[in-house]
Amino acid sequence: MSSLLSSFMSFSRINGDSRVAPFVVVLLVVTALASFCNLLMPADSVFYVSTYTITLLGKYLCYAMLALAVDVIWGYCGILSLGHGAFFALGGYAMGMYLMRQIGDRGVYGNPELPDFMVFLNWSELPWFWHGMDQFWVAMLMVLLVPGLLAYVFGWLAFRSRVTGVYLSIMTQALTYALLLSFFRNEMGFGGNNGLTDFKDILGFDLQSDNTRVTLFIVTALMLCGLLVLSKKIMQTRFGKVIVAIRDGESRARFIGYRTENYKVWLFVYSAMIAGIAGALYVPQVGIINPGEFSPINSIEIVIWVAVGGRGTLVGAIIGAILVNYAKTKFTAIMPDGWLFALGAMFVLVTLYLPKGLMGLVAQLKDQQLKGEQHKSQKAADNSPNEKTEEGHA
Amino acid sequence: MSLLDTTREVMRRDQVWPFLQDHSQEVDISHQVLLYVEGLNLSFDGFKALNDLNLYINDGELRCLIGANGAGKTTLMDVITGKTKCDSGTVYFGQSLNLLEKDEAEIAQLGIGRKFQKPTVFEAHTVMDNLELSLKSNKSVMPTLLATLNSAEYDQIDHVLETIGLKGERMMLAGSLSHGQKQWLEIGMLLMANPRLLLVDEPVAGMTVQEGERTAELLTSLAGERTVVVVEHDMEFVRSIARTVTVLHQGSVLAEGTMDEIQNNQDVIEVYLGEAP
Repeated sequence: MSSLLSSFMSFSRINGDSRVAPFVVVLLVVTALASFCNLLMPADSVFYVSTYTITLLGKYLCYAMLALAVDVIWGYCGILSLGHGAFFALGGYAMGMYLMRQIGDRGVYGNPELPDFMVFLNWSELPWFWHGMDQFWVAMLMVLLVPGLLAYVFGWLAFRSRVTGVYLSIMTQALTYALLLSFFRNEMGFGGNNGLTDFKDILGFDLQSDNTRVTLFIVTALMLCGLLVLSKKIMQTRFGKVIVAIRDGESRARFIGYRTENYKVWLFVYSAMIAGIAGALYVPQVGIINPGEFSPINSIEIVIWVAVGGRGTLVGAIIGAILVNYAKTKFTAIMPDGWLFALGAMFVLVTLYLPKGLMGLVAQLKDQQLKGEQHKSQKAADNSPNEKTEEGHA
Repeated sequence: MSLLDTTREVMRRDQVWPFLQDHSQEVDISHQVLLYVEGLNLSFDGFKALNDLNLYINDGELRCLIGANGAGKTTLMDVITGKTKCDSGTVYFGQSLNLLEKDEAEIAQLGIGRKFQKPTVFEAHTVMDNLELSLKSNKSVMPTLLATLNSAEYDQIDHVLETIGLKGERMMLAGSLSHGQKQWLEIGMLLMANPRLLLVDEPVAGMTVQEGERTAELLTSLAGERTVVVVEHDMEFVRSIARTVTVLHQGSVLAEGTMDEIQNNQDVIEVYLGEAP
């Protein structure tokens, strides 16, 4: 038992110059405080946090997890995926299917077997891929497997043919666009245009109750922390070093004997699975999943979150996602039409002036401060004997 | 009984298809030749980069390849290391290993290390990490995920650091090294893999004279234990290290011999200095 504990402790220790450990602590404290203030404070108290805010925070954390997925693949391996929204949406659909099956006979048409939209389309029986989705564990397996499998097949084809750079980015855009179009079709059996919605409960708990919402929020926060620590750990192994090596010199890595395409495929699969988990946590909190999540613009937005926060830092991606989405919430309330312009401007500004994102800015400021202090102390040491003469000259 | 055994041997399921058989063979150098390049042809859009090229490299030799731009030196290295596929010809490593049917990673794992013209090291990693990545080890995904350095490997890294003279820079980022140090680090990365054959492309380009001398020393000390093939333009450098020199011209071998023989060779003089008056 104690050896298990100690091995866990050594796993959770983050070495080196990283901001993961402090960030995890801050995130957990904020989560605990927000949950506490929602559940235990009276509604008229100053400290009361509304359930709306909790859900909003939960949504931000899901986006943050998605940004983490993109950072793993873009920041560390240099693969700019403009299609990660697809994996997010697939995870979301898997969760949505489970939630649809949980509605049972409480739907508008009261059919215990078929979801409402199938009754509406005059379907007589459940399509094969809906079977088993009433089991939570099957749905959770699908949340990981479907995005993982798609990423494996796509990655295997793309990386083995040595497609890189902008061509790969365009292909990922095409992938998410193709999925968007196909999920819009009613024949696909995923609710077409309207997607899946009107969920009632999850694992028997009412989705509208405060307790469930807070629990979902806490689960999201814990999951995010876990995946952040895991990703950091993976990047610290030799595997992670190879990934960075592939980013900086793929042919060199090949010539010292690494099959780089295998590394890229497995990292892509890992990243897609994180995106799938994010989608699965997003859907019960937002209450709907529709083909709009596949739209190419969503995937591009994720990249902007990561760029704003700082590539290849993990924590930066999370902070970027939270900040940009907070700005989006505020901005769209004031000027709904202007958001895309603001987003575009943000991207241009970050690319021009903050190529390393906010995390890079923080590191730079710290560096300057450190240098300034050193400089000052050095100057003081140099000048102290000469001070009088200088004053005399003045 | 022996009939049964024979039948069994013939019917062995794991031997039916060639791809099921284990191809990882030892390099066979029973004839003292490590690398056979025969009848190599390669053309890019009609331009013949390699033209019926034949080259034999003995085990433990230090060989210099010289030739004008476009003579096919780098292309030859590309073909040997699996980066470029040739049109026709054969490349054998030892007696039995056909390099043309293997990819870059496989060729590297067989023990052929290559240094590029431009120094390419992993700039975001420390010198130490650069060497760790180049260790001879199982390089598939799972073992790499779980790999840790053991003390023998630490010692090996120390040893290589000493050889390339970067002991003090162990924890420095490779990107902050000087040009010459990067070149040495790259050679060090090749040494980590314990290769049989080193292909070194222009090792002294952009180096100071002192750095060049040290590189010459390093390469000469490697030969014997390993086989080294150096491509170089710098004649002084070639003279200082070479025992055998091969001159390439328009994709094929023009002359081969010691430096003095080469300098007095009529063909080489014609190609390099133009028609004698």
